[in-house]
Amino acid sequence: MVDNNAPAGGIVLSRLSKSYGQVRAVRSIDLTIAPGETVALLGPNGAGKTTTIDMILGLTHPDAGTVSVFGRPPAAAVRAGWVGGMLQTGSLLEHLKVRELVTLMASYYPHPLPVADVMRLTGADEFAGQLTTKLSGGQAQRVRFASALVGNPDLLVLDEPTAGIDVAGRHEFWQAMRAVAGQGKTVLFATHYLEEADAYADRIVLIAHGQIIADGPATEIKARAGSRMIRATLPGIDLAVLGALPGVVSADRHGDAVLLSCSDADTALRALLGSFPAARDIEVRGGSLEEAFLELTADEETADAVNVHATAGAVAAGGPR
Amino acid sequence: MSTAIHFKYEIVRTFRNRIFYAVTLALPLVLFYAIATGQRSATQDGVSFPLYFMTAMAVYGAMFAAVSPGARLARDRSGGWTRQQRITPLRARTDIAAKVVTAYLIALPSVVLVFLAGVSLGVRLDATQWLELGGLLLAGLTPFIALGIVLGYLLSVDALTPAIGGVVVLFALVGGVYGFQLAHSGPLFDVMKAIPSYWLVQAGKTAFGGGGWPAQGWIVIAAWTAVLVGAAALAYRRSAARG
Repeated sequence: MVDNNAPAGGIVLSRLSKSYGQVRAVRSIDLTIAPGETVALLGPNGAGKTTTIDMILGLTHPDAGTVSVFGRPPAAAVRAGWVGGMLQTGSLLEHLKVRELVTLMASYYPHPLPVADVMRLTGADEFAGQLTTKLSGGQAQRVRFASALVGNPDLLVLDEPTAGIDVAGRHEFWQAMRAVAGQGKTVLFATHYLEEADAYADRIVLIAHGQIIADGPATEIKARAGSRMIRATLPGIDLAVLGALPGVVSADRHGDAVLLSCSDADTALRALLGSFPAARDIEVRGGSLEEAFLELTADEETADAVNVHATAGAVAAGGPR
Repeated sequence: MSTAIHFKYEIVRTFRNRIFYAVTLALPLVLFYAIATGQRSATQDGVSFPLYFMTAMAVYGAMFAAVSPGARLARDRSGGWTRQQRITPLRARTDIAAKVVTAYLIALPSVVLVFLAGVSLGVRLDATQWLELGGLLLAGLTPFIALGIVLGYLLSVDALTPAIGGVVVLFALVGGVYGFQLAHSGPLFDVMKAIPSYWLVQAGKTAFGGGGWPAQGWIVIAAWTAVLVGAAALAYRRSAARG
């Protein structure tokens, strides 16, 4: 069931910037999301994910740059009923039962989905008659998802949708999410769970300190920073020497073992065996997204230590939004 | 898109808040019987005390009902629901319209109950006088509804409860709601005549005389309404700009 309310054009962010006082929460972001894509906005707390999302939703006005949602400014796209969102914070409307709240949300949109279908898909039908103030965190999150979905929007924006849900609930959430994304919707979700971005997005946009530091399929993101790891037992060797080998990005020691993060593992392995024939117990494996992530953000941190502190301060003070 | 469903659930929400509703209905009744029972044959400002005080207590309950949308607005805002609502096609003015309707739905039974209490203590008006009195009270609520909305957009929930209570009590005192007038002449009296709650309480007298409000009463109510609706629009924009 593909919904064609909105014209083509996708989501286009152009030189988008937003500061809160001294903190540059978002620094000149350029991003284009094609209709039907599922994109993960991945980054640590305080990276600028929520600020970016708030600007896409029209909740926050950028200091500079523009947002276009299917060819229109965010406020107009929201008014046309093209956008559904699940915000990170916020209680549900009080004194209403779950089914009533989802029905209310459906009434705002021009072409809503049947409330009963959405309740079933999200699992909210299990507690449809409960008051919204008497739900567990996981239940409330499902109601938020149902509320975002029931309007049948072309763009779904989810800000850390699985925060506060247990592992089983997370799995159920993403199953429902997949069913929705399969219907041709454009989905943008923010997360700091690397495995979620890896498993459920077509594309990962890595964001740190308000800037995009990598953008591409999960496999490509891993390739951007030392894509493979070589582990070998090699006591007493200077790490600086290992780090200087061709194909090696960085070297690390764990007891007698060394761990080489490589941009080109084949070259690195040949060089390692050529220079240090004593190396044994050699393992070569693909790096995890976690390692890629640390690699990419580590460069940023050293290059921009002042801003790291500014951002961390903002997080401690409640975080930029 | 159906606006009717939003109105329906706004009303459902109001009436599920039973404690608020019960207090708004009961407080004026309790005060009326406690104070007016012993003064059934007294007079106040040229009318019988029960008529004066019945009107005053109807005004009291209606004022609390009128500012209540502001309290709900502040709660929706502080809970973050307002942000969620702003990313749907619902317009803020539809939400405000629904909240105004619920204010009247609370004010109306409150006023009717106090009128019935007045009858039980011997207040007698003919049908047109009852209607005129009730009509003036409801018409005179508009500035208080707007005031509640201004405060609801500007203040946090914690600050709002004492602010709304204090503002209503102050308007009640200056308007003569507590059964006595602060002044009958002089500069203070001129100030009182520029306050909408004064004219609400005077509705009891003017209805009895059959003349409605003089032009000054309508001008005061209209001016306060215009200023506060403007302020509410500004407060909304400020609240929206902050996200």
